Amino acid sequence: MTRPSFLLAAGTSLALMASAATARDTLTVALQLEPPHLDPTSAAAGAIDQVLYANVFEGLTRFTSDGSVVPGLAQSWQISEDGLTYTFTLQDGVTFHDGTTMDAEDVKFSLDRARAEDSTNAQKALFADIASVDVVDPLTVTLTLAQPNGNLLFNLAWGDAVIVAPESIDTIKTAPIGTGAFTFTNWVQGDRIDLTRNPDYWGAAPALSGATFKFISDPTAAFAAMMAEDIDAFSGFPAPENLPQFEADPRFQVLVGSTEGETILSINNKQAPFDNPKVRAAVAHAIDRQAIIDGAMFGYGTPIGSHFAPHNPAYVDLTGTSAHDPDKARALLAEAGLPDGFATTLHLPPPSYARRGGEIIAAQLAEVGITAEIINVEWAQWLETVFRGKTFGLSIVSHTEPMDIGIYARPDYYFQYDNPAFQDLMAELTRTTDPQARTRMMQQAQEMIAADHVNGFLFQLAALSVARADLQGLWANSPTQATDLTAVSWAN
Amino acid sequence: MSRSLVLGGVLTGLVLMMAALSFVWTPFDHTAMNIPTKLQAPGAEHWLGSDHFGRDILSMIMVGARTSIAVALVAVGIGMGIGVPLGLAAAAKRGSWLDEVIMRANDLVFAFPSLVIAILITAILGAGAINAILAIGIFNIPVFARVTRGAALSLWQRDFILAARVAGKGRARISVEHILPNVANLLIVQGTIQFSLGILAEAGLSYVGLGAQPPVPSWGRMLADAQTMVSLAPHLALVPGSAIIVTVLGLNLLGDGLRDWLDPKLQRGRT
Repeated sequence: MTRPSFLLAAGTSLALMASAATARDTLTVALQLEPPHLDPTSAAAGAIDQVLYANVFEGLTRFTSDGSVVPGLAQSWQISEDGLTYTFTLQDGVTFHDGTTMDAEDVKFSLDRARAEDSTNAQKALFADIASVDVVDPLTVTLTLAQPNGNLLFNLAWGDAVIVAPESIDTIKTAPIGTGAFTFTNWVQGDRIDLTRNPDYWGAAPALSGATFKFISDPTAAFAAMMAEDIDAFSGFPAPENLPQFEADPRFQVLVGSTEGETILSINNKQAPFDNPKVRAAVAHAIDRQAIIDGAMFGYGTPIGSHFAPHNPAYVDLTGTSAHDPDKARALLAEAGLPDGFATTLHLPPPSYARRGGEIIAAQLAEVGITAEIINVEWAQWLETVFRGKTFGLSIVSHTEPMDIGIYARPDYYFQYDNPAFQDLMAELTRTTDPQARTRMMQQAQEMIAADHVNGFLFQLAALSVARADLQGLWANSPTQATDLTAVSWAN
Repeated sequence: MSRSLVLGGVLTGLVLMMAALSFVWTPFDHTAMNIPTKLQAPGAEHWLGSDHFGRDILSMIMVGARTSIAVALVAVGIGMGIGVPLGLAAAAKRGSWLDEVIMRANDLVFAFPSLVIAILITAILGAGAINAILAIGIFNIPVFARVTRGAALSLWQRDFILAARVAGKGRARISVEHILPNVANLLIVQGTIQFSLGILAEAGLSYVGLGAQPPVPSWGRMLADAQTMVSLAPHLALVPGSAIIVTVLGLNLLGDGLRDWLDPKLQRGRT
């Protein structure tokens, strides 16, 4: 604006004053994926937790931004000497959004429902060691375990373990009733979900009076909406190449944090020739991680050498065991009896880390003689052919569940790694409560799968969010899939 | 020769030459990635810049021209190869059940929005250049059948055809020996137009990810890849976009020019 007319300038400043007078207390935050329904306890879709975790639903314990587990609806707990009995004392005066009281009966109902035989909970393994849930009095509940489980408090913090109201189960998929700081008000499918502040919230009242989650799947539209300030924040921004522009713009801030997303080149361990560890090692050595991080993620991401998050205290840097070495890869292929390489398929789901990373990996594999035919698939198709059907050679996907190295102990899991020694180690890890012994075992587990080259370990996905510069309190890290708005506020 | 014929011929010739040259020479290997030199602006090293993987854009455009031309050419071939005989047969048996069946089937195909059906076909058969060719080719069939039948019908009224019939030639033989040579000029013009539409359709299909799959370069996919980077590196979108415009414009001008040049009626009018 080089020559503003007087009228226009006056009008603008009036508008500015008006907006300053009424402090902003609402927020529009965009996400890439829309939830299929709104029950976090009966689906694997992370998009559900992305909207509802900590905002609408709460569990006995909860994750904080740095991944630690803190009290949630349980204000404290006692653990028996043998590690088999957990006694939780619940917060007093907690009500569900429908006005009913949240007490020990609801906790028992929620946990029993999640671990029931016919439960559709996506993470039933979290509750596997719970033998019984008993109500002592309205504010005390006891969990008895079949065997000690050092992960129990962590497990109960998951979105799959939130406390739900028994009366609301029939309609939970469209009208979720929780205990959180925000109540669900409206869902316009394909567009947005509206939340409003819960006036009867038991904890500290949130600064925001309401929030809208908008769903924008197209990266170009995401960029345009953010630039036009149609949205105040984008959690999990899909186009890393646009971030430098937001960084250079004083209107915005870019939050770069860590996630639990181990991005891997999954290898079908049961499919020839990948059943030969030498071939898997050859694939691992053919990959140049830094090129993938720079090319697909524009530099955002941390190289990993095993299936473990670098921010975890028990992390061991094992990138050296599969360093980029095309000559070694070719030699390994020759040793495996495939001196001329071989052809395979590379199934790529929609996110750009997979589509772009896949093109780079295909080029890198071609260098050592492996022809990977790129097959682009939608998520539904990926779940059908790769995850359930297991008819694939290679695929790229980010495993975003926290602490999920245990999937390598499941021989029927889609990459089909079957190693009894590893399975024993995982079983032992679950039984162990001593933190030091647990750390040692987790390190041993990382080394085991790195040495076996189960998958091509690529990088830890970065949590990339863009927000208006004067917005504060958003999670930079993503220890679980969540957009916690309880501490979010506008500056001034 | 009209100006549009010359200009169209030159533009089309340039694109064809570029595609032909790519078989023997490109500035760089079009699949060679060099991540550290990604997103370079056009300059001395990469004449048209480098893309988000550091690949040379000029090389990709040259090889991509091959993809576009191959898909469009084969699709036109399918349309002509099946459509022209159908049109000839329908005209030869005018008013018969054969004519009816052929023309109503044509109407049926015409009634569908072509690009949507092309997306459907590639979605069912799987994405890839071959299926894109099929999808585009199928919609060329009724175009050629209709043009051929229309032109042939008026020819069947002419005296020289009557003479041929009196001489005892069968309808099939007359169609091939007398009708076909006389509709050839129309078919060439139509072929040029369909060729340009084929290039557009191929670009559209690859843009939505249903055309040629990586690492085979394709102009449409280059555009799609450039989408989120337009503000960062505009040449990523401008170069393939211009390539499509130049090719389609060239072919359309060529088609226009050819029609004027080949049509005796228009030629007389122009003097």
